[in-house]
Amino acid sequence: MNLLPKHMREFMVVPVCHDIQVNGQTIGLHESGILWWPDESTIIIADLHFEKGSSYATRGQMLPPYDTIATLEKLAGVMDAFDPARVICLGDSFHDKEGSDRLPATYRAMLATLQLNREWIWVTGNHDPLPPVRLCGETVDEVTIGGLTFRHEPSEDPARSAGEICGHLHPAAKVRRYGRAIRRACFVTDGTRLILPAFGALTGGLNVMDDAFSPLFEKRRFSAFLLGDNRLYPFTASRLVSD
Amino acid sequence: MAHQIDLLGKLEAGQSTLLIAPTGAGKTLAGFLPSLVELDARGRRKPGKAGPRSVHTLYISPLKALAVDIARNLEAPVSEMALDVRLETRTGDTPSHKRQRQKINPPDILLTTPEQIALLLSDPTAADLFAGLRTIILDELHALVTSKRGDLLALGLARLRRLAPNLRTIGLSATVANPDELRAYLVEQPDPKLRALAELVEIKGGAQPDVAILHSEDRIPWSGHSARYALTEIYQLIKAHRVTLLFVNTRSQAEAVFQDLWRINDDTLPIALHHGSLDVGQRRKVETAMASSALRAVVATSSLDMGIDWGDIDLVVNIGAPKGASRLAQRIGRANHRMDEPSKAVLVPANRFEVLECQAALTASLHGDQDTPPLRKGALDVLTQHLLGLACSAPLDPDATFDEIRSCQTYRQLTRGQFDRALDFVATGGYALRAYDRYAKLKAGPDGLLRIANPKIAQQYRLNVGTIVEAPMLKVRLIRSKAAGRRAPIGRGGRMLGEIEEWFVEQLNLGDTFIFGGEVVRFEGLRENEAFVSRSKADTPMIPSYMGGKFPLSTYLAASVRHILATKALWPDLPEQVRDWLKLQDQNSRLPEENGLLVETFPRSNKHYLVCYPFEGRLAHQTLGMLLTKRLERLGARPMGFVANDYALAIWGLGDLSLSFQTERISLDELFDEDILGDDLDAWLAGSSLMKRTFRNCAVISGLIERRHPGKEKNGRQVTVSSDLIYDVLRAHEPGHLLLEATWNDAAEGLLDISRLGELLARIKGRITHTPLTRVSPLAVPILLEIGREPIYGEAMDSLLEEAADDLVIEATGQ
Repeated sequence: MNLLPKHMREFMVVPVCHDIQVNGQTIGLHESGILWWPDESTIIIADLHFEKGSSYATRGQMLPPYDTIATLEKLAGVMDAFDPARVICLGDSFHDKEGSDRLPATYRAMLATLQLNREWIWVTGNHDPLPPVRLCGETVDEVTIGGLTFRHEPSEDPARSAGEICGHLHPAAKVRRYGRAIRRACFVTDGTRLILPAFGALTGGLNVMDDAFSPLFEKRRFSAFLLGDNRLYPFTASRLVSD
Repeated sequence: MAHQIDLLGKLEAGQSTLLIAPTGAGKTLAGFLPSLVELDARGRRKPGKAGPRSVHTLYISPLKALAVDIARNLEAPVSEMALDVRLETRTGDTPSHKRQRQKINPPDILLTTPEQIALLLSDPTAADLFAGLRTIILDELHALVTSKRGDLLALGLARLRRLAPNLRTIGLSATVANPDELRAYLVEQPDPKLRALAELVEIKGGAQPDVAILHSEDRIPWSGHSARYALTEIYQLIKAHRVTLLFVNTRSQAEAVFQDLWRINDDTLPIALHHGSLDVGQRRKVETAMASSALRAVVATSSLDMGIDWGDIDLVVNIGAPKGASRLAQRIGRANHRMDEPSKAVLVPANRFEVLECQAALTASLHGDQDTPPLRKGALDVLTQHLLGLACSAPLDPDATFDEIRSCQTYRQLTRGQFDRALDFVATGGYALRAYDRYAKLKAGPDGLLRIANPKIAQQYRLNVGTIVEAPMLKVRLIRSKAAGRRAPIGRGGRMLGEIEEWFVEQLNLGDTFIFGGEVVRFEGLRENEAFVSRSKADTPMIPSYMGGKFPLSTYLAASVRHILATKALWPDLPEQVRDWLKLQDQNSRLPEENGLLVETFPRSNKHYLVCYPFEGRLAHQTLGMLLTKRLERLGARPMGFVANDYALAIWGLGDLSLSFQTERISLDELFDEDILGDDLDAWLAGSSLMKRTFRNCAVISGLIERRHPGKEKNGRQVTVSSDLIYDVLRAHEPGHLLLEATWNDAAEGLLDISRLGELLARIKGRITHTPLTRVSPLAVPILLEIGREPIYGEAMDSLLEEAADDLVIEATGQ
């Protein structure tokens, strides 16, 4: 297994999840950064940010044009391993409004293949408020299934937080050990709501200790699950440090 | 003076010249003499008639302070002789209206920096501005050429030669190991086979410097870098001299020495501190006080290494290892800025290995030996930046530009393939997947010339120019302590103490104490890009921040140290304690051979140690340590970590290494084989943070990632994150990309020092001596003492997380 280069190993996804309860539902967190809901045979993915590289290129900053394929390959690995009946993309699936239009034909075909025989739900995000063009799937602003609500941006209204599954913030967490700090993308949850890490290849992370998270989770009353090479690393909030 | 006349003769004949002279020989003024003569001979302008719209003489220095200083020194003779010559400076601090005016109505003599030259050359007025350029004076050339700034300047010179074919260059340099390289740097290289050289005028130093190693009554420590044992003697030296300059290698060392000196400063002598992360205002104050002889001593890092005359220094004390013979010679030259008097210097080794290094440097100083590094091969990221600048100034002809760039020594080995890829990188990012052609920044016209696609690109270029990429820094502000149990939020404001590297703050916990700005402070918290600290009553800081000398030991000094160790006839020059230490090593283990490698193995408190002595500097040792642990892990020797310093490398683990080597289960020759630089290196580089940091620099210089700008500052941390991601994606999908090539070249010479490691492995091939021991050897003690002080490497990030996560389980289950 270690004979493969690291970026190839990433695509060999082992469908073993870390089960947790959110609003009474049992769901599985996976180290690839996706959520697996076995009862509904559903995979949930946040912040794919397809075509981020080309979005920057239109403005003169020539980031590598390989972010979409890198994200797609990782996504294909996940699909192979879990073979879900339904996929929910939690918004910001494309980096900008024209992103889905710019999507090169080969990548479009690859994505279409992944969508075959599956229910596919695009939740809108601030980067992609409109349905993607020339792609299958249903587009919604938010959707509620069996006690869980899927929307892009977490709601600051506490009344709406129960069972909320969202993305948008690109959570990352930092742990310190032997004088060295380790920062990783992570899931963050208080058992009531869950925020997913960003899945896209060129997406950075925002520390969960940042002010942006304070209206969403009570201080020190949440856990972060850091993404590792082949497992998740759970930490309670009191063990995390800010940037 | 004789050399000035000699120089004048050569320059009047239109010849470019390298002037090598020790400090204090008046060489800077000599460089201007031909220009002043020529400008004066031009005759007086008639009143009302506009002057020429071109600069006559450019003066380029690595420091803007130096440019300002020289301008001041030059104004006096110009006005005394009533010359009709206008001279002005142009630096990052020059107000924009003045910079605009300089383009329309340029001065005769412009004193500036390499970055400003790049900016001027990217301007559409460049051709007019420099059409009448006659002379370029390059000050402190030896310092300029060692970095990417030197590459940028070399490219600028090539363009200036094209705009003003008759120009001559004057290089001013301290003594260097190989003057011919600088001579080649100064002139056009029209013939690929024959190296053209500038003329050379060399002035030998007047008096032989008076250098000695401090012999302390106290015991010389086995390890450490504080030189605290010699403090009383250093203080006595300060008292016995008018003005003493104390050089140290790192900022934290400067802090420590400064604090220690004040603790015993019973006579309250005015002793000051000067280093790069102190607030600018504070630094200026120290410099002014120094120039007016109001100080008795200054503790300084390399921030005071260069050029500017700080007054009447009569003693230089170098604390710690000199690291290089030329570096030491330049530091010593700061004492007695006059030719006829000998410079006086005292070397203070901080530990026993440094005694050997000081001895080697002392011998080099007596012989006048030099070890300045060889001329750099031009960096590709700098080339891309320059190409964009050229296109901003005027339509770019690829063929002519290639010839122009190849005509400078630094880029002589550039291939057409590399050049074309660099151009493609500027235009579209240079990716094999041609996804961005329609967004290209450079567009070819029907005439085959490349033009920028829109004016915004020129704006972006101007914001990004330069090759200095700052490490992410945090401002340090002094506030009142929260330690008394107050839980108030941290307020805004507080006095600015200076700046500190982000990585250092990252390893601090709230309440940790460290030294900054000469006092022990307590870390109170972090907010955006500011770190808050309060005064601490603690005597000693909890966090020792020493990260080892910034500069690795030079190859030359390393060889001398090995020579001293191997040659017993040289030992009588060493202090008795050090002699005894070496004799004990000879008895208990053996001495390292001059060209071989000594490997010792021994058990110690349930672990097995391997210590080797390559003497190739800590960067190369770190890389070697990383690679060896990987290899040992694969061979089942269960290594746990390693620590490296300038002289040695220690690896420890659970497997019995003595046994493995003796039974030949593991072959030392194979362990240290050169093939370690192949796949193992490649595998490690994939995730190496050093490589990512190097990539970030290249990405910023080449303009792939935008630089931070005052006003719309992007946090340094954000830049780091995204450049890491770009690196991962690029490595996975286009490993041959130009920027990865540039990153590799940098790493080989820089943070990883792979080229030196390669030389080491070749040198020791077949000459590795294994000495199994029952306990630690005298020579191994210093490196073992560094464990816990220097950062320890070798653990994979994931295993750290695992441990931290497991701790939590134990904590939770109460086991």
